[in-house]
Amino acid sequence: MIYRRLFDFPTWRFRSPFGELERMRRQMDRLFEDAMTPHQLPQAGVFPLINLTEDKDKYYVRAELPGVKGDELDIQVTGNNLAISGERKIAAEKEGTRYHRREREAGKFSRIIGLPGDIDSDKVDAKLESGILTVVVSKAEAAKPKQITIRS
Amino acid sequence: MADTQSKELKVREKQEVTSPAEQTTAGLVFTPAVDIFETEKEITLLADIPGVKADDLIIDLRDNTLTLSADIFPVENPNEEDILVEYETGRYFRQFTLGELINQEKIDAKLNDGVLRLSLPKVEKATPKKITVKTG
Repeated sequence: MIYRRLFDFPTWRFRSPFGELERMRRQMDRLFEDAMTPHQLPQAGVFPLINLTEDKDKYYVRAELPGVKGDELDIQVTGNNLAISGERKIAAEKEGTRYHRREREAGKFSRIIGLPGDIDSDKVDAKLESGILTVVVSKAEAAKPKQITIRS
Repeated sequence: MADTQSKELKVREKQEVTSPAEQTTAGLVFTPAVDIFETEKEITLLADIPGVKADDLIIDLRDNTLTLSADIFPVENPNEEDILVEYETGRYFRQFTLGELINQEKIDAKLNDGVLRLSLPKVEKATPKKITVKTG
């Protein structure tokens, strides 16, 4: 008699209150998320932030990298992936300087972007202009849209 | 300094300006990240302003207020379509109040790879001048 009571008693009694709390917590999280981030852009959360655009023949990958020199950047293409890595350096100032503000940051970064279509890895061009990196990647012949004429 | 050189860079959102005065031109306005440091002779300001050409940068020092304002040049061709947009672009604007007197004629500004380096030399302290009072 007593065994039976011990075994089937806790299952419904103790599990449900925590389940209810967990459900409430999830609801609260969702509520806060909506309230705190009204219009956030979709982000991978990896430096540098990327804008990707395309036209008929090419993909354009852009990133803001102020103060990064071309030889400090490493750009590689593997399959449909574009890897951008490098290091942002901020030169040390003379001895005896007193800092009032320090908002700019130095450090290493590395990011891989998967491009949505097939690319021609021989035709990749990168340039840095005024701190903006632009990588122009040609689409593979098969991935380019073909104009179909309609016969009447 | 050594530890800041090796760390991984984290994503930081561009700060949009929330000024009480409304902008008269359309488009977004951002606050550039800056470093400000001082030696005995000058104050130096470094600002990250990617996408700005030297001609589009306005630096203005009036009374004790230093104003940075910069227009960006468009990088996208008109026939490009967005696939992924992680950051937005727009003008830059930021103001600073300077505590020291600045020698306006010797202000020097350089713009390299999207980083502005602004040197503001301090006015040399006037050497005390002895005035002799003549009698007679």
